[in-house]
Amino acid sequence: MLGNEPASPTPAALRTVALIGNPNTGKSSLFNALCGMNARVGNYPGVTVEQKVGRLIGSKLTVDVIDLPGTYSLAARSADEAVAVNVLTGTFPNQAKPELAVVILDAANIERNLYLFSQIYELGLPVLVVLNMWDRVDAEGITVEADLLSKRLGVPVVCTSANKRKGIELVREAIERLLLSPPEAIQPNRFARAQFPEVFHTEVEELGNWLASQGKSSFRFQVDRLLIDTDGEYQRSLCQSGLHEINDRIAASRNRLAEAGCKVPMFETKTRYAWIRRTIEGAVTRRESKSVSWSDKVDKWLTHRWVGMFAFVLIMFLVFQSITFFAALPMQGIETLQGWIGAQVEGVLPPGALRSLFVDGVVAGVGGVLMFLPQIAILFFFIAVLEDCGYMARAAFVMDKLMSSVGLSGKSFLPLMSSFACAVPGIMATRTIENRKDRMVTLLIAPLMSCSARMPVYILMVSAFVPATTYAAGWVSLQGLVLLGMQSIGAIVAIPVAWILKKFFFPGETATFLMELHSYKWPSPFVIYHRVWERVLAFVTRAGTLIFCTTVLVWAAGYFPGNHDQVDAATSSLEKQQTELASLESQKSKAAEAQDASKLEQLNGELERTKQAIAEETDRVNALRSSLIENSFLGLTGRFIEPAVKPLGWDWKIGVAVIASFPAREVIISTLGTIYALGSAEDHESEGLQAQMKDAQWPDGRPVFSLATAMSIMIFFALCAQCSATLMTIRRETNSWRWPVFSFVYMTTLAYIGAWIAFKIFS
Amino acid sequence: MRLDELGQGETAEITEVLGNDVLASRLMEMGIIDGEPITMIGKAPMGDPIEFSVQGYRISLRKTEAARVQIARTKEC
Repeated sequence: MLGNEPASPTPAALRTVALIGNPNTGKSSLFNALCGMNARVGNYPGVTVEQKVGRLIGSKLTVDVIDLPGTYSLAARSADEAVAVNVLTGTFPNQAKPELAVVILDAANIERNLYLFSQIYELGLPVLVVLNMWDRVDAEGITVEADLLSKRLGVPVVCTSANKRKGIELVREAIERLLLSPPEAIQPNRFARAQFPEVFHTEVEELGNWLASQGKSSFRFQVDRLLIDTDGEYQRSLCQSGLHEINDRIAASRNRLAEAGCKVPMFETKTRYAWIRRTIEGAVTRRESKSVSWSDKVDKWLTHRWVGMFAFVLIMFLVFQSITFFAALPMQGIETLQGWIGAQVEGVLPPGALRSLFVDGVVAGVGGVLMFLPQIAILFFFIAVLEDCGYMARAAFVMDKLMSSVGLSGKSFLPLMSSFACAVPGIMATRTIENRKDRMVTLLIAPLMSCSARMPVYILMVSAFVPATTYAAGWVSLQGLVLLGMQSIGAIVAIPVAWILKKFFFPGETATFLMELHSYKWPSPFVIYHRVWERVLAFVTRAGTLIFCTTVLVWAAGYFPGNHDQVDAATSSLEKQQTELASLESQKSKAAEAQDASKLEQLNGELERTKQAIAEETDRVNALRSSLIENSFLGLTGRFIEPAVKPLGWDWKIGVAVIASFPAREVIISTLGTIYALGSAEDHESEGLQAQMKDAQWPDGRPVFSLATAMSIMIFFALCAQCSATLMTIRRETNSWRWPVFSFVYMTTLAYIGAWIAFKIFS
Repeated sequence: MRLDELGQGETAEITEVLGNDVLASRLMEMGIIDGEPITMIGKAPMGDPIEFSVQGYRISLRKTEAARVQIARTKEC
């Protein structure tokens, strides 16, 4: 019983360790292996960096493991790096300072990975080194003497292959051991920092003293960074806190350093790499091999001038074909299930507000969320496979030139491509872009790509209002050309938008594109499973709840405040007649079997009468529904905004339908159906709706719909942000309401202007 | 000579990384420091970026980034 021994800490006391390493070292695999699936995911205060904390499983201690963002250095220039430093130094409020830093290194690339280690080491925390990807060391022709390395570094070293779940228990044991009996502090003279020039140490001391005299407490590490990093995060935050003098102080210090021959920032990297060289000498050896590895052979073709391009197009084609192919069935299933549940509820609940809430609000809302899951799961399955096997970095490598022409990098290609299917998984895929500015621009233009939800709107408008003219002996149809134009307009508009966003909203120098190209390897099933599950869960719990809420809100706006007694009564009688019709039909088939001619005749008559009655009752229900929606909050809003939409050639009914389509673009079709008194079960190929739209008139008798109106609606839908799922995903991914609001405003403005221009051109 | 001028399969020694901005420190942190040998592996299909081998790993650099690195051909090349 540990608790009975006064000397040892009680098991219940919460201990904290931080996990840190370079990107692509298998850090998330190790985290998942250590903590299982129960990580708590949030955001660090004030920044868009994900905070991930898990509980160490299978341990007698209660240990929280903080998964820090992957970084190459602690020079705090980006939000990710600043978070890592703040966590390791315990400067975040509400976040305990970790008692141990678990530094994960790629065993196949120890030299460069030790750079980050050499910085962490100097923070004064106890450190545990995990040499991951141990299984690849042999294949890469490297020999690592782990014991010798551990002695040289002065910290414990364990070897793992996290993606194969090997060596995990060693890490757990080492963590427990180090927490229970913390090692002695490392002698500072062992640090790489000790090799920095004398003049630097003097400057650091002076600057530290000056900061203390200004009432600013600072770690020595921070003072180091102040002097070394050009435009570092500390300098910025000190400036923001009103200490403008710091800029001059630093400049003067750097001048003195330069005079003494200490080149900033070069001396740091040089000293650290020299330290690394000395430390690993004899402990890490590379076999000089002349033979080309299979990874190099594969790479030669996959980045080849022609073959590489073709391979890229083929891989992308296969990925997106598979998404449409594999997502179709589950999506159909969800739709069927939605219909079935709706029918079950209708069977149990009488017509009324409660039934409407369940069928049109709740079931539609849940369905609207679930509808995205197959696509998200399948896209993230492919992303995980491509990332883990090493191709994703090559895809970015291949596409970089093209994407850099709009100021982005190759890493933006896949998220944007995904957005042609649906912006929701596309926006979620922007996580693979490390550069924050690039990620934000990509995320903000992703909803402009023509997603599949726009298609029904285009098809309805094109088939009703674009003449079926063909050119080139029937090979080219005007309708097809318009469809193609609509599909591409978003991507075309995205180019100047990206440029403007880069220029004015995320200014600063162009992002660097230093990217590590790992050797190819077989993807790990653990990694893939975790990635897919993590994304799906994140979508359902965060964006899903918000999507559900907007659906219910829009339902309520369309339902209230009208009096639904009449329509409910009419619906009841309609349903009774339908039951009657069904029973008559079964009687009829029985009579047909019994060859009872007179009965058959009589039944036929009754069937005709019932069908007639049903048709009349349906018209009545539709008319009632249409008048209810006219007088609902939604209808009132539509009437209110009519002056605003008139320049686009729209009447208030179109205005209402557009507002009601806020949860999802394709909703406009069912809303138009309801408003034009056709019931809400319309689809885009519906002859009835097309005919009704063609008949719709302004009060003065002019037809509402024309080619110009259709074009203006299509352009509006191509550019607008009428998709709550997209906006809620932006909110979730940026952890701020600012960006979804921004997206909605800029896209609606674009859509409005575009629609206005289209209406002017075509009328 | 600049790193972006290195031909496919050629190896050279890094002599200097120009500038003291964020890009320069990033390059150096990634192990592109003077005295290190660097090999050009190949170009992307559209000619940019370029793949190099340095410090025992592969890195992709845009031409403009590689242009910041001064190199000298080693004797054996």
